[in-house]
Amino acid sequence: MSKERIKIAPEMFDIMPSEYQDLVDRATYGKEGRGWKDIGTSKELIEEHSLCAGCPESMAFRYILASLPAPEDTVMVGSTGCTSLVFPHVGVHNIHSLFGNQNAIASGLKRALSVRFPGQVKDVVVLAGDGATVDIGLDMTLQAWFRQEKFTTICFDNELYANTGGQESGLMQKGFVAKMAPVGKTFEKVKLPEIARESGCHYVVNCTVSKPNLVEKVIKNAIHVAREIGPTYLQLYTPCILEIGKNSMEGLQEMRDSEKPTERFAYKEYVSDEAKELLTELAAKEKERKAAAKKQLAEKQLAGKA
Amino acid sequence: MSTMYEVLPGPEHFLPPAAASMGVRLPDPGQAHIHGKIVNEDEAMEVAARQFLSAKVPTIFPGPLVLWAWNEKAAKKATAIRHLYETIKESVTPSQQAMLIPMPDYRPKYPKINPEIEINPNHPNLTIWHNKIDACMFVGVHCHQANLSLKIIRGGTYCYTMAMCAQAGHEDAMVSFRDATADKIMRLADWVKKLKGSVAPPKD
Repeated sequence: MSKERIKIAPEMFDIMPSEYQDLVDRATYGKEGRGWKDIGTSKELIEEHSLCAGCPESMAFRYILASLPAPEDTVMVGSTGCTSLVFPHVGVHNIHSLFGNQNAIASGLKRALSVRFPGQVKDVVVLAGDGATVDIGLDMTLQAWFRQEKFTTICFDNELYANTGGQESGLMQKGFVAKMAPVGKTFEKVKLPEIARESGCHYVVNCTVSKPNLVEKVIKNAIHVAREIGPTYLQLYTPCILEIGKNSMEGLQEMRDSEKPTERFAYKEYVSDEAKELLTELAAKEKERKAAAKKQLAEKQLAGKA
Repeated sequence: MSTMYEVLPGPEHFLPPAAASMGVRLPDPGQAHIHGKIVNEDEAMEVAARQFLSAKVPTIFPGPLVLWAWNEKAAKKATAIRHLYETIKESVTPSQQAMLIPMPDYRPKYPKINPEIEINPNHPNLTIWHNKIDACMFVGVHCHQANLSLKIIRGGTYCYTMAMCAQAGHEDAMVSFRDATADKIMRLADWVKKLKGSVAPPKD
């Protein structure tokens, strides 16, 4: 396994900055059942990042990195945007693509990894903003889905071009006025989850990142389905607090308000029949694993008492 | 009068030319270069050892290729580098301070690196300035990042740079070896030991 390579030369261990020592000693590479609950008790796979204070995207990044089923065997593909400021600080292999061609890069990468490492699990995860996914890169996004490429596409939807000052994007809601879009959006938010379903994605979810357990569940489902069956798509609301006129502490509430049943980020999920079957099977295995771990712990405690 | 460009300590100010563009070429196997002039490897070993022994802060910068034990060769090189560092430390006077500072990876770090404990190829001058390093050797740094660092250091500092390169060498270093192995690094340590006491320490 590649995680076996993640070790510091013993003669150099003492001179390495502590974040690297922690990454080797306390990170969750290779841990079965890793998830968002590891945050705070282990080394996260994200170091200091340069996002704004209170940015929901930073929460999303932390939950996603904690939930990847096999980070040591995952390559993430990013694109231009706020996410590209974070990727240099992430302890997972990643590639920065040109603006919009992230799904084309991921297609080639996934195929190359299958040839280079036959029989091994190698996950590819695209993580890009709404501009890259829906406007500039829509062609590449859709073509990858049509071709049934086996990787996950995650769109951080903040409903505008945030780090260039607030221009209108396809995922912006109708009527919204932004700093660089003073007239207001004149047409509806593009329905990409529906388009993803019709384009052949086997697992599609539209939600916010307000609930870490939900983010963990959808990330794991999406990656497992992509690994075995075909393309998957997650559209996660990560509002840009600066561009919508909120304060640092208001990001979470903004997401909670936007996920109410009548709102545009009400939880929406589509699962193909094949994917349903796979997820049921995986859920049963996970249940078995947890039961076995519980039994083992109980036996250990009993042995300790004796 | 020779018109050959010499790769010398700076500061050469912003945008020092790439030594390759000034006609400096890389050594062939068994050779090295000193200031751009091709010499045999032993000659360069002696010069490198003398630089370490005469510097106020002789420093080795190991990069990711040797910091991480990703194969047996890398682990052996790490052992040799540690030995070289310990040899330099034992061979210099108390007024000199030998350092071993890692370049763990190449990402641009925000808001800035801690120059006391690491060096970053995007602004290596910060570590050189902070620790007042006047002679250094890069080892186990990928070619592009080493070239970038060497040029920035030559541009903005007076530090004497050396490269123990596992490939074909670096034109932009003042002394460059090629085809580095653990044995070659140990040979350099032997040179340091051999010249101990025969090189004048730096004047305060």
